[in-house]
Amino acid sequence: MGFGSLKRYLVILPPMLWLGLFFLIPFFVVLQVSLADPALTRPPFTAIFTWDGWWPTGFLGDLENYKFLLSDSLYINSYWNSIKIAAIGAFVCLIIGYPIAYVIARAHANMRNTLLLLVILPFWTSSLLRVYALIGMYSPNGFINSTLSWLGIIDTPLQLMQTDFAVYSGIVITYLPLMILPLYAALEKLDGDLMEAASDLGATPLATFWRVTLPLSLSGIVAGYLLVFIPSVGEFVIPALLGGPDQLMIGKTLWTEFFNNRDWPVASSVAMIMLAFLVIPMMFLRNTQGSREA
Amino acid sequence: MKLKTILMASTVFAFASAANAEDKVLNIYNWSDYIAEDTIEKFEKETGIKVTYDVFDSNEVLEAKLLAGNSGYDLVVPSASFMARQIKAGVFQKLDKSKLPNLANLDAGVMGNVATYDEGNEHAVVYLWGTTGIGYNEGKVAERLGDSAPTDSWALIFDKDNAAKLADCGISVLDAPTEMIPAAMKYLGIDPRSTDPADFKKASELFAQIKPHIRYFHSSQYINDLANGDICLTVGWSGDIFQARDRAAEADNGVSVAYTIPKEGALSWFDMLAIPTDAKNAENAHKFIDFVMDAQITADITNYVWFSSANTPALKLIDQEILDDPGIFPSDEVKAKLWVAPVYDARTDRAINREWTSVKTGQ
Repeated sequence: MGFGSLKRYLVILPPMLWLGLFFLIPFFVVLQVSLADPALTRPPFTAIFTWDGWWPTGFLGDLENYKFLLSDSLYINSYWNSIKIAAIGAFVCLIIGYPIAYVIARAHANMRNTLLLLVILPFWTSSLLRVYALIGMYSPNGFINSTLSWLGIIDTPLQLMQTDFAVYSGIVITYLPLMILPLYAALEKLDGDLMEAASDLGATPLATFWRVTLPLSLSGIVAGYLLVFIPSVGEFVIPALLGGPDQLMIGKTLWTEFFNNRDWPVASSVAMIMLAFLVIPMMFLRNTQGSREA
Repeated sequence: MKLKTILMASTVFAFASAANAEDKVLNIYNWSDYIAEDTIEKFEKETGIKVTYDVFDSNEVLEAKLLAGNSGYDLVVPSASFMARQIKAGVFQKLDKSKLPNLANLDAGVMGNVATYDEGNEHAVVYLWGTTGIGYNEGKVAERLGDSAPTDSWALIFDKDNAAKLADCGISVLDAPTEMIPAAMKYLGIDPRSTDPADFKKASELFAQIKPHIRYFHSSQYINDLANGDICLTVGWSGDIFQARDRAAEADNGVSVAYTIPKEGALSWFDMLAIPTDAKNAENAHKFIDFVMDAQITADITNYVWFSSANTPALKLIDQEILDDPGIFPSDEVKAKLWVAPVYDARTDRAINREWTSVKTGQ
């Protein structure tokens, strides 16, 4: 190991420590709980190791909780529904975020920082507050309904709360900046000469967009999409506050296991499987980013 | 060297403030909208103890914090049926009754009732009690169901024709499986204390019929919505509905709210003041328990939150309007029909919660 590589290790040490402390250790705690059985103790689950002083002498964990998840279609449906809602929500973010990022990237250099600030600014408020603001907009006596009925467009209030629409708009409002920023980073790097060349060679603006701009911003699209998709899958606040009771999402299912059933082991296995669902797209992201740089 | 000094200084400071904190603070975790406006202020003034007051709206949330341990709270308010289980898990410490002279104020009958959850009343005292019944918007219900509306019966919500007619003005129910499923069982003529999963299933099938007409399942939002006229029928906790009635009257918005204990019977529950085993300020928690058992303080709370008190001398100090309200202090005849929740084991809990999930999601 030369001096250079030692320095490299020193540089990556803090993030590694961070990951170990706040990801790996909690991960193993949750994994361990997922192999245990519920019990009326504090904390409410059994130990999975027997100990002799510092040495584990026996292993009592099993995969019963994971098997249980397969025995009831509730869990599979929750996963599927969460992934669907997160995928659509992230796509809506992309459709809305792309033009915004494009305009910012093409704006005059003086304006860019102001525009970016406007994108980031709402992010400084608590996302919970923004979701509550949406409740104020959507409720039967809320802003939208009272405006529409004042204008005489509707007689009875529209049902906006507890709908899919409310959940999707919640996801968009909460996560849009996470989409715009990577898109902006990709689009900003785009060489203007390429587009000039495309139009010189007879490409229409639309063809230029499809064949030059879009492919070159693909890394931003993938990064932005995953940044929105991943937190949306496990989202609890948005479906709990804006969604209807029949909207099965894994965050809510996990809540029921943890709080209503007091079954921390099953709740933990639900979380472990969700993590598996999320790690796969992450690896996909690493691969695309990696091949791009190569 | 300098760093070391700073570290030393901050450690000393931390210890100093911790020691200080131990003397003069109290962390309370209580239900939302469940105390008089001036109770905390009066306690702080009288004792010099600084109170941090947080709120929850479901027993489940409280329970998760308690079972995790180190909740940081010195005084919590679980419902008795949940508390029974929590005592078994070793969550609560025994009360030092020598520090609670006002204990003599509590109604022996009510304390006897809760002794089924906490033998010998060793771990907790009754804070307030109430019933889970029906709250409704008198104008809107009469408009849709006429004068013959069965406002004194669970049929108001569990009869699917009634629910269908009231759907457009908004129906909500508590998101509390252990209260809603037994209520439906009672309407069906099943013993609401049954723990047979087949009985839960029958209740859930009844709910499935009215589900399309239920706007939401939530345990605190209905207070405001009922007061604003956003919903017109709710299954909720007695005092909460009276608070909605009060808020509507205050806003003078033409909404008139009423509460009914259905004639078939309703769940009565007891919320308990208890001190977690790992409370850092148990001494102060005892002081607070004794403080709220004072007749005047309890009466002030009941006058404000409209939940029933178990404090005998306080009855003289409670507003006549509240004492006369059969929804708050039910007659003996109605009392005979109230039931108390059984303590469910883990398997029964899972069964009842699974039925509730299937009520809510159809799956």
